[in-house]
Amino acid sequence: MIRALLLLALLWPAPASAGVVVGSKAFTESVILGDILAGTLRRAGIEATHRPAIGGTRVVFQALRGGDIDLYVDYTGTVTGELLAGRHAATLAQARAVLRRDGIGISGPLGFDDTYAIAMRADRARALGIRSISDLRAHPALVLGFSNEFLDREDGWRGLRRRYGLPQQQVRGMEHELAYRAIRSGAIDAMDVYTTDANILAYDLALLKDDRHVFPDYQAVVLYRLDLPPAAVQAIRSLEGRIDAARMVQLNAMVTLQGRSEAEAARSFLGDGEAPAAADGFWRRLLRNTVDHLTLVAISLGAAILIAIPLGVAAFRRPRAGQAILAVTGILQTIPSLALFVFMIPLVGIGGPPAVIALFLYSLLPIVRNTHAGLAGIPASLRESAEVLGLPRSVILRRVELPLAAPSILAGIKTAAVINVGTATLGALIGAGGYGQPILTGIRLADTGLILEGAVPAAVLALLTQGLFELVERRIVPRGMRLPRRDPGA
Amino acid sequence: MDVSKRYGAAVAVHALRLAFPRGGTTVLIGPSGCGKSTLLRMLTGLVTPDEGTVTFDGAPLSARLREARLRMGYVIQEGGLFPHLTARQNVGLLPRHLGWPEDRFKARLGELAELTRFPDRQLDHYPAELSGGQRQRVAIMRALAVDPDVLLLDEPLGALDPLVRRALQDDLRDIFQRLSKTIVLVTHDMHEAAFFGDLIVLMRAGRIVQQGAVADLLERPAAPFVTEFVRAQRSELPA
Repeated sequence: MIRALLLLALLWPAPASAGVVVGSKAFTESVILGDILAGTLRRAGIEATHRPAIGGTRVVFQALRGGDIDLYVDYTGTVTGELLAGRHAATLAQARAVLRRDGIGISGPLGFDDTYAIAMRADRARALGIRSISDLRAHPALVLGFSNEFLDREDGWRGLRRRYGLPQQQVRGMEHELAYRAIRSGAIDAMDVYTTDANILAYDLALLKDDRHVFPDYQAVVLYRLDLPPAAVQAIRSLEGRIDAARMVQLNAMVTLQGRSEAEAARSFLGDGEAPAAADGFWRRLLRNTVDHLTLVAISLGAAILIAIPLGVAAFRRPRAGQAILAVTGILQTIPSLALFVFMIPLVGIGGPPAVIALFLYSLLPIVRNTHAGLAGIPASLRESAEVLGLPRSVILRRVELPLAAPSILAGIKTAAVINVGTATLGALIGAGGYGQPILTGIRLADTGLILEGAVPAAVLALLTQGLFELVERRIVPRGMRLPRRDPGA
Repeated sequence: MDVSKRYGAAVAVHALRLAFPRGGTTVLIGPSGCGKSTLLRMLTGLVTPDEGTVTFDGAPLSARLREARLRMGYVIQEGGLFPHLTARQNVGLLPRHLGWPEDRFKARLGELAELTRFPDRQLDHYPAELSGGQRQRVAIMRALAVDPDVLLLDEPLGALDPLVRRALQDDLRDIFQRLSKTIVLVTHDMHEAAFFGDLIVLMRAGRIVQQGAVADLLERPAAPFVTEFVRAQRSELPA
């Protein structure tokens, strides 16, 4: 089984050597920074590609450790609090020492902090002379509106009030998006924001200085593999201190507010004069996603059919082993698909191979179970007739049992295929592409059109798959088995 | 054969010894559950005796089961035809596996259709498109396809309605007579037994009560049960 999986992974077309590979997490700021890093490397004469929006922190970090990518941008708070939790690395220097043992380096801060902040309308803050959070103490009548999560966090309002001794009584929990409108209309005076939130620009907000350091440090840094060539490391480090919060806000705003692409935002930072390459048109994107999606489905389903039918036969022939086979494939089916995708990363990296293996494992159960059920459902009289004819087992299997079980086996393959088409959309979470790609990007940018660009073709493909297998069924299942039986006595 | 068979605590066939004359027709008869079908299934190797041996042509059956099976034909109540194959394909399954050339099989199929009075135009019908009687004719053709020495039939006419049954009975006896093969037929019907059998073996609860020609059973019953069984079947007919 393991060997089959590894073989499957090997079958995946190896990506052409792409030089240094930059990764990014699945949110706008990370993708922009990935493009900036790749652009900076290229400008230094180093071949570099960017695999954007690979997944969440864990997925991207695993990809870095496994060598699927060579660098990406993360935040100091995430490194010490999440990636190195329990490894005694409270400071950047300590984290650097710990990660060096894993072959990973950390650059100096890029220059901005992506953490919580308290924001006021710039004009109002100026009028009241408020520049830091400490200044809020002199204005107990101010109305504060915070997101519910912020209200409850120790590194949010609770810590803030205690540390600064803030006197405000009117503190409201509210939906984050609504808070922006409330602050514009003057219904509230201050709110919580992320320091690089594009809306800071859109609503002309001023950030108050956290002069008592309640908010944790989330400085942007580059995590990179220490085996990178020195020239590459040098290029990366040339970005240290170059991107301040205002600049990052501006870049984020280009994408989320002005609808430009991350690549355009990156180019504007790099100061590239060149006209932005035309983004792929709708049909071209659809074609690429369709090819990716079909590749995932075809390889995983094909392999599943090849393995699952023999497994189903074995499960039927040897009832004791059969129990085990059915139990194991059943358990595989209960692993949440996302978890299964992520489990594969340490084994085979990111992208197509782990997605194919996960989909392959998912497709096994329906086929194994239906093969087993189809064989078990053959009347004993037919099997015995075949035996007494004097045919060997292998011939009985091929000429009698498998044809008789064919309707059930095909139904299993059809179920597996439809599940496979749907589940393959999750492949985008680990960088495998497919229809999940526009869905994820659409969610990230709150762009319904993009979401539909993935969701509609995925649904259509599922229906087509179902239709295709119904046609196949008509071809493969012998006519004799589709006829109504005449009364035996007649 | 010299065997016994039990299923859990229930004894299906008590130790018994029975020989089937080469070229003769033997009928195994008895009430439901008397062990007659189990006995027949031991002859096919589908059931293995707990004790004793089934001997086929002088050697233990289990020692060369595949080879022996090629020399026996087997027909069961509902025919056991493969629904995914036409009549022709059902008959051809074994010859094709044995690598018969096409014209040899064609010639054989013609003989068999003639023998069983099966119409040529129905050869490409699927079992579901055939009547019960025609299905049994196909089953007999399939059993005889490679000209076996032995023909084993388990209630071959059991599921047919009386008229069809009557016609097929006549044809079947005709076939038996023309072939002069060793035939073992299981039935619960005394008329059928008398109609076919040179040798009738009457069983009850896993034991042989009497074996002999039909006249022996009628005139020299070995036990009161023999008379009882014969009379019970007779009284089914209105006087």
